[in-house]
Amino acid sequence: MKINILKITIFSFVIFFLLIFWKGLKIDNNYDTKSLIGKKISNFKLIEINNDNQYISEVDIKNNRYTLINFFASWCAPCRAEHKYLLSLANEQKKIKIIGINFKDKKNNAINFLEELGNPYNFVGIDPEGRVSILFGIYGIPESILVDNNLTVIKKIVGPIDQIQYDQILQLIQ
Amino acid sequence: MKIKTLLLVCCILITTHVYPNENQNKLLEVYKNLRCLVCQGQSIADSNSDFAATVKLVVQDQFNKGKTEDEIYKFLINKYGEWIVYQPTFNKNNFLLWVLPYVVLIFGGFLIFLAVQKTKHNRVN
Repeated sequence: MKINILKITIFSFVIFFLLIFWKGLKIDNNYDTKSLIGKKISNFKLIEINNDNQYISEVDIKNNRYTLINFFASWCAPCRAEHKYLLSLANEQKKIKIIGINFKDKKNNAINFLEELGNPYNFVGIDPEGRVSILFGIYGIPESILVDNNLTVIKKIVGPIDQIQYDQILQLIQ
Repeated sequence: MKIKTLLLVCCILITTHVYPNENQNKLLEVYKNLRCLVCQGQSIADSNSDFAATVKLVVQDQFNKGKTEDEIYKFLINKYGEWIVYQPTFNKNNFLLWVLPYVVLIFGGFLIFLAVQKTKHNRVN
């Protein structure tokens, strides 16, 4: 009888481990920062690219219905690809303000980048060492974060904004 | 007098030399427990990527502000999720990961105990 209980227990353990491994195989191991959705953004302070005396902080974001915070750099090729969507948002959508955060870039290169492609941003802040990017859970650029006036993250886009994501942003702000 | 001054200078030199090293070691421990999210199987300590460099900078800032190791991990977990730390914190999603080794250990001990008892019983008989 004792042996039977032992065998059943060992068998149960084996089945239990196999189930865990089976479940583990089905889990998507690709890293993303979806966990940030629904969380509030941290307090931050950004200096304007053209004026060292001008700042923006989370307080200013509260005044906008929706704000898209976009991390970009002149050296980032995918940033060029997404730029037309940012321009389109800026020109056609009045409910949304766009804040650009220039990431680890040279000031002159960033200014030239915006002169060449157009400036969709209501404010361009600089993050020369990347410190602000960590506050927003950024791990590569371009990345964009859509927040509402409660400072809650509604959407996080890792990589360049494309047509699908552009449409999703439009849906979210309607 | 000269000897006292010399000793004082030596003490200052030793403490200034040891203190940064201690801090560096603590920082290194933190870096080693942080996963580089853009690298293949590397910690922040091992990686020279842009992301690792930024995280190192922020960890150093937090450390200089007097934040503890746990507070730094908490801050980064809040931004990047549990995946950023190699040693996950105890929570309802991973409690099995923490508890199971002990359960298996106790269960194994119990099995050995049963086996020993059985052998003793057989010998007596």
